[in-house]
Amino acid sequence: MKLENKIFELKNFASEMAKLKSEKHFDFLVTIVGEDFGEEGLGCIYILENTKTNERISIKAVDSNRENAYIPTVSNLWKGAEILEREVYDLFGIKFLGNKDMRRLYLRSDFNGYPFRKDYDLSPENNKYTLEDDVEPDYTIEYTMDEEGHIQQIEHKLFTDDDYVINIGPQHPATHGVLRLQTILDGEVIRKIYPHCGYIHRGIEKMCEDYTYPQTLALTDRMDYLSAMMNRHALCSVIEDAMGVELSDRIHYIRTIMDELQRIDSHLLFYSCCAQDLGALTAFIFGMRDREEVLNVMEETTGGRLIQNYYRIGGCQADIDTNFVKDVKKFCEYLKPKFKEYNDIFTGNVILHNRFQGVGILSKENAISYGCTGGTGRAAGWNNDVRKNHPYDMYDKVDFQEITYNNGDCFDRYMVRMKEMEQSIHIIEQLIDNIPEGDFYIKQKPIIRVPEGQWYTSVEGSRGEIGVYLDSKGDKTPYRLKFRPMGLPLVSAMDEILRGEKIADLISVGATLDYVIPDIDR
Amino acid sequence: MEVRKPVIKSIPYDEFKDNETLEKLTKELQDGGANVIVGSLDQVVNWGRSNSLWSLTFATSCCGIEFMAVGCARYDFARFGFEVCRNSPRQADLIMCAGTITNKMAPVFKRLYDQMADPKYVIAVGGCAISGGPFKTSYHVVNGIDEIVPVDVYIPGCPPRPEAMLYGMMQLQRKIKVEKFFGGANHKEHKPIVVNGVETYEK
Repeated sequence: MKLENKIFELKNFASEMAKLKSEKHFDFLVTIVGEDFGEEGLGCIYILENTKTNERISIKAVDSNRENAYIPTVSNLWKGAEILEREVYDLFGIKFLGNKDMRRLYLRSDFNGYPFRKDYDLSPENNKYTLEDDVEPDYTIEYTMDEEGHIQQIEHKLFTDDDYVINIGPQHPATHGVLRLQTILDGEVIRKIYPHCGYIHRGIEKMCEDYTYPQTLALTDRMDYLSAMMNRHALCSVIEDAMGVELSDRIHYIRTIMDELQRIDSHLLFYSCCAQDLGALTAFIFGMRDREEVLNVMEETTGGRLIQNYYRIGGCQADIDTNFVKDVKKFCEYLKPKFKEYNDIFTGNVILHNRFQGVGILSKENAISYGCTGGTGRAAGWNNDVRKNHPYDMYDKVDFQEITYNNGDCFDRYMVRMKEMEQSIHIIEQLIDNIPEGDFYIKQKPIIRVPEGQWYTSVEGSRGEIGVYLDSKGDKTPYRLKFRPMGLPLVSAMDEILRGEKIADLISVGATLDYVIPDIDR
Repeated sequence: MEVRKPVIKSIPYDEFKDNETLEKLTKELQDGGANVIVGSLDQVVNWGRSNSLWSLTFATSCCGIEFMAVGCARYDFARFGFEVCRNSPRQADLIMCAGTITNKMAPVFKRLYDQMADPKYVIAVGGCAISGGPFKTSYHVVNGIDEIVPVDVYIPGCPPRPEAMLYGMMQLQRKIKVEKFFGGANHKEHKPIVVNGVETYEK
């Protein structure tokens, strides 16, 4: 969608935002996009959704003082804003008045400067790595403004003297990558979790600013590699949306089928890793065995196992393979009886029930407040499926059920994914026989330029809403490109979910939240 | 004197592509001849070592998923002597660096390597670990892990196919087969060179 930004003055920004939330029911903060607006100053674009009507609006707030940019926080309205504001502070240096945690999120605490600003020196000499350990501060800084407009700093201690702190990660098998969770324990009970991200922060968004539009596509598959198709789908859609490209029906069909195959791939890996985290190695091997079948089907057409690079602006890289239809059908028939096998071997297991049921509860209010989309939100009873709420491609023409549960515990999160695989098969079966003839690629100009403006488009990824914000100045490179990470809200909600639970439950919760770290850090 | 060729069971010697490098390495190591008894003992030790390489479960990004796939039923590296993965660096012989190493991760990665017990081996999996790959121009990515730790085998690809990974792992096995355990020439640790206060390694 093209963004028509409402501009709020900083003086009454906080009250206007509060009004939007309480009076107009904009209770879901989709994302906060930090941006360097050049001479206009540094600022943010807030994208909000009304969860009743699914209406979306965007708010813009800019501070013209580049040296000391201050914007009032919205973390008192949306809990998920705290970590999103930390991200903006880290990359742009905008300080949020009233946010209790203004530490760096991705970069080392001794990092100099703010890399996403346009005047940052990107030369390799300026960005050398060091092998010195990072000495992290054990306090956070809160900035506040008094009535006369003076900025004050308040320090908050992260730990008390009696706290027993253990570090989980970055090298730990249960964190599914390089995430670090600083956990404060009281005996076996978790009192607080501070997540530390950025161990795989590659600055993809900043790199995209130097690339032409077709080049930016190359990096998307490497963010959340388990929803590689959807990441690329989101970026292609936003560019096509901005350029006003009309796609053929064949492309819509192919993209829908590929997205669903990718979802099955991701959920099978979720099932496998979930099983492995709980110590069920047999179920792990079973899940991975069937995942290879999905990869076979996709590989035949795309040529890649994990990183497919299949979509491009205006369609797909190549037409589907001649055997594609036959093999997809064969695969659907292959997978259907397997669900029963999974249930027999793992879902019905008493250990799983004991470790999942009633553990790690995330309520619907909190899921919305943190912005936990995808299976996590749906397990709490929040209908957040982008495929239903903002249909794209073929999703408004096929019949499928949005799986929701009500408890929001680990078991529901697990079941949502298991049931979603069946729905994906159902979607694929409706489409596979009817792929219409037509072009698989609508020819574009050799140099792609996007008209001036700001766009935001999202698709349903494997573990939530993956959205892309694009700000174009009419050049052949984007001025600012921002991906809405699916995993960041999940990680920020971990503290809320796990407070008061046992340390062993951290493994179950981490497994069922199903985050992918390169997607969080980008 | 004819130098003994390192043979592994899974792939015939001539089917490997890069035999010249290995032969050169073997020649250097065998320079001055090998004692009959010590040489035979070396063979026994290397046979054991090359067939029980336990790798660290270390994955930062995409290549890690392919690494998991190689360990699973279809490709199954346990067939070739990479029996299990270890979660602790203290128990691992091999670190398959699967994924990008960023500036923030670099000290952690170095520490993991230092924590491993000798003899230890490093395989750089994928473009990112070899040179920074697609993220070479980024402000937060190390351009190749060989700046931080000595690397034994490079496996190119983004991510490498499982077959490529198995091939690379077998190259490492061959490399281990020509090592000399007795006599002090075994797996020498590279001396770090300090440039501007940063430790780097000779390539």
